[in-house]
This record gives sequence, structure tokens and C-alpha cells, in this order.
Amino acid sequence: MPPHIHISVDRLRRRRSTPPSKKPVGDGKACKACGAHFRAEELERNWGVCTTCDHHFPVSSSERITQLADGDEWRELWSELAATDPLRFTDLVPYTERVEQAEAKGVREALVVGELSVQGVPSLAAVMDFGFLGGSMGSVVGEKFARAADRCVETGRPLSVITASGGARMQEGVIALMQMAKTVVAIDDLREAAIPVVVVLAHPTTGGVWASFASMGDFTYAEPGALIAFSGPRVIEQTTREKLPPEFGLAESQLENGQVDAVVDRRELPGRIGSVLNILDRPRADIDDGAGRIARQGRERASRAAQALPKLSRRLRGRLGTGSDGGAE
Amino acid sequence: MSRLTRRLTGRSEEAEPQDRDEVWEAIQLARHQDRPYPLDYIDRLMTDFEEIHGDRLFSDDPALVCGIGRYHGRPVAVIGHQKGRDTNERTYRNFGMPGPEGYRKGMRLMELAEKFDLDLVTLIDTPGAYPGAGAEERGQGGAIARSMQTMLRLRPPTVAVVIGEGSSGGALALGVADRVVMLENTTYSVISPEGGSAILWRDAGKARDAAAAFKPTASNCYRWGVADAVVPEPAEGAHADADEAARLLDAYLERTLRELRRVDVGQRLARRKERFRRIGTFREGPHEGQVPLADPPADSASETSNGQPPAS
Ligand SMILES: [Zn+2]
Repeated sequence: MPPHIHISVDRLRRRRSTPPSKKPVGDGKACKACGAHFRAEELERNWGVCTTCDHHFPVSSSERITQLADGDEWRELWSELAATDPLRFTDLVPYTERVEQAEAKGVREALVVGELSVQGVPSLAAVMDFGFLGGSMGSVVGEKFARAADRCVETGRPLSVITASGGARMQEGVIALMQMAKTVVAIDDLREAAIPVVVVLAHPTTGGVWASFASMGDFTYAEPGALIAFSGPRVIEQTTREKLPPEFGLAESQLENGQVDAVVDRRELPGRIGSVLNILDRPRADIDDGAGRIARQGRERASRAAQALPKLSRRLRGRLGTGSDGGAE
Repeated sequence: MSRLTRRLTGRSEEAEPQDRDEVWEAIQLARHQDRPYPLDYIDRLMTDFEEIHGDRLFSDDPALVCGIGRYHGRPVAVIGHQKGRDTNERTYRNFGMPGPEGYRKGMRLMELAEKFDLDLVTLIDTPGAYPGAGAEERGQGGAIARSMQTMLRLRPPTVAVVIGEGSSGGALALGVADRVVMLENTTYSVISPEGGSAILWRDAGKARDAAAAFKPTASNCYRWGVADAVVPEPAEGAHADADEAARLLDAYLERTLRELRRVDVGQRLARRKERFRRIGTFREGPHEGQVPLADPPADSASETSNGQPPAS
């Protein structure tokens, strides 16, 4: 697995200006970035990353969850929540038809939430799916995100978020806009409960999603080449007549701009998320049964770590209550 | 039955049938160049106004006016999108489209309001946050998100008033308040009709269709639970009589701030969160179409008598 994840501006330029030169052969496809051929299953084995140039292809929420979760530990929550049509909205196609078409593809909504374990940390995940109406945030996305946050507060478990969204779902009008505020309420509840939130920005994360929960993680990682912006390049060029460089808004630029903490290769994400969660996850004896178990697990994990430490950390060992019940916070 | 259900059923006949022309007219009224802007309301409603400038990080943003003054004898903090009235001022004010500097200046004022326990009033009137490369590089998205969170956490009472067009996250950044009210001839929408037209119709010329689809009028926003009240305007509209428009807003604002002050601060903060937590419409379980919009928070039942009925 290549640890080298930097994409040079030259490569980005090439990617934008040079269309794939060769056509796919057989059941294979050609990488749109480098033109290399691969088979579908080969790409999936490599987590949707080109084996030649490391270009990150879009992946569905279910693939994301397979990549993120330890083993088969995934329990989806509130999958029955479905969109309604409060504005009876029609643009080129009625909104209800758009939803039906998206549902027919097998994805339930633009956000999937559930319980899982990441690198040994029992936690919740909220994963967006760009395949469902461009990952747009309507009422269902807002409600699922809020419920996931509630569950995190109840259980003391941390939250991992992976975003891929064009922004608020226009077909739900101002009600979709309000979901931005709703997710900010959820983020603030998590802040008050000291629940760790790790956000991964995948391509693209724009509009009202970037301007709400996506930019409010304790840690914010971005996938290579992901477009991260409030206003997309096309809107900016149309409105301001600015000519934008090809690297505008991409993860690597946003790292330079100070808008994300790191650009992380998809294949390294579980390790990086798990690392943050393991550092921030702390014993919680004072919540409820389910949380008690997690707290015990956390305490055990921490005390194992503490025992391995030299003398200096005896204070920590005492606080963690190694060998007794009392010491946990 | 919730107040909202009453809204959806009882008032549906007067609020629902808004045809293309009617909605388009509302959009034009909300953008009328003679409508009062924040400084016009501040002039008429406040004494001793002092404006702050700059976010202490990058620059000042004239698209947002932020300051403190005296309102009915009490010190208050005010933040408003300021559009320009003539070409020069419009350019200077960037047409009321703030960058991250504007929202960070706003957060400076919110912190000042927190420190001195000042009521906060926001006056919303923007086609959206500024879409520019520099704004993106300096964190437009994060600034909007943090502005919402800062407002959500403020301990003093907060009232957001849509005084013109409230479009996109650029408007909502100042809209996470105890009470959200709209003047009669204003709009609140996920995007401007022009923006929606370009994206959904792939044709910038379909703004009228987009407006009719978004139906972003004050009366609809009231029915959807997005606005807690609709404040009446003078018969000819706010653009025809700024003094009367300010007087009508004053009547609502003064009473509402006084009522919010009477609520315990912990309750006020919890209800503010609850107000936004509940907004949404979805189906759940095997039954279709059963869950309409969420109920408004319990305390806002008293709001119907405070606010004015929506315009018909
Ligand atoms: Zn490639």
C-alpha cells in the first residue's frame, strides 16, 4: 500500500485537461485519470482506488461501510426513514419520481447511519451516498444525522462521518436549508457531551453540507482530489468571471488553505480514524448499561496501555482504576 | 393538534394557491430597491448606534453591518446584511453577499453580546454568501457553520428577522435564533430563483419557474414552521413607507424580546435547539405520508397570539 498520497498540481492539471486516451476492453474499465485498464473486481479489491495512479473513484455507502467497519459488525439504524414531497416540487422531473428512481437503485437515502466498530472502538458512523440524488441533504438526511448524534450522546460512543454531497436538496426548498441548522444542533449536542467526531470529506463535499456538519468535526480528513467548497467552481466562474486554477477547492489546496487536517488515502482511513478515536475515547462508567460495557472495554483497553507504560504514568494508571472499580471518571 | 397542523389545514386555502405570477411578484417586492435596509431600521428604532469593523483576522466586510445601540432603553446587538442602494454603494457592500470575514465579524459581535448579556437582533437580506475563490480559501463553509453554532449557543435572547430576501446558507448563518420572523413581503429559500434555475433547469432563464417551485413566500414559510410569525408591512409595502415598516417591526420586536427575557436562560437555550431539531418532513415505517412536518416546540403555542397571521 503506497503511503505516498500527495497529488502534484501537474498531475491534477493533466487529469483535467487530458481525457482518457484508451477505451475500456472486455469487462474492464479505464481510469479517467491515467488511462490504465483494470477489471471491476480489481478496483473493488483496491477500495475504488486506481492501482496505477491512486485516483480515488466514487464508492457507494455500502462499500464505505465494508471498508470502515471491523469484520461484519454493522447494524444500520433508521433505514426506514424516507423522503416526502412537502413542496410538491417539479423541476424537469417531479421530485417524487426522482426519489423513486434513486430508491430503485437500491440505496435508501443520501445518508446511511448505523452502529459499528472501527479499529476496536464501538462507535456510530454516518456515511453519505453521492449516488442518491447527488448526496443532497433533505429532511431524511438531517433527521438521521440528528438521531445518530442522539444515540452517540446516549451511549457515549464516538461518531465517524463520511461526506459526499452537492449540498442541500433543492427539491425540499427552505426545509432542506433548515437541515443545516438541524445538523449544527446535533454537532453542538456532541460537543456538550464530549463525543469525538471525525469527518472525512470525500468527493464532492459542497454547499450546505460543507457549510454545516461537514466542517465541524474535531478532526477533518479529506480524500485525495476531493472537491471541497461552499460554492462550486462553475458557480464562482459564472458569478464573478474569475478564472479558477484547476486545483481550486481540491483537498490538497484546502489543506494548504488550512481548511482540513490532512489528505488521507482511502486505504489508510480506517487506521487514521481509529487512531483519533482511540486517543479520544475515554472511560465512561456513569452512563447506562450499554455505555457501561463500552466504558469497561475502554477502561480495559486504557489500563492495558497504562500497564505497558513506564513509571511516569502511574498517576494515569491510578486514575484509570487499574485492577479495581473505583477510579474511572 | 399542533399549531402546525392547524396551519396546514386551516389556512391552506388562503396560503396555498400561489401561482407563478404571485410568487414572482413576491420575489420582486422582497428585492425592491427602495425597501428599508438594516441601517434604515437602526436609524428609526435605535439610539446611540456604534458599529464594529473587521474580523481581526483578514479584513472588514461591508456586506454585514454589526453594532450595538440602545433599543427602548436597553443595549442591544444588531447584525444585518446591508445591500447598497446606488451602484457605488452596491459595489462597496458587495450586494449584501458576505464573505467569511463578515460572518467572523458577526461572531465577534455575538461574543460581545454574550459578554454583556445583550439581546441580539439579526436582519436578514441577502442573495447568498459571496461565491468567490478568496472566500472559499478563507473558509466560507466553516464560517457559516460556526456562525450558526455561535448563535445557537448565545445565552441572551435572539430574534432573526427576514427583511428582504433570505437565500441559502448566507442567510441562515444569521438565522439560528429563538424566534425567526419574516416581514410580509419577504422570501426565505434554499437558493435564489436564478441559482435554482441554473442548477435544476440547467437554464438561467427559468427563474420564474424556479420561484414558483420553491414558493418561498413568508406565508408559506410560516405554514412550514420555518417562520414563527409574519410581521405586517404598510399597505403599499415596506418600500413605500419605511417609517411605518419600522413601526410595525418595532411592535413585534419589542414585545418578543421582552417575552423571551422572561424565560429562564437554560430553557431558552434548550427550546432554541429544539426549534431547529424538529424541522423536517419524512415518512417512517410502512405507512406512507403519515408524518407531516414536525411539531413546533411546545412553548411556541403562545406565539400565535404574538405574531400576526400570515398575509393572504
Ligand atoms: Zn489511474
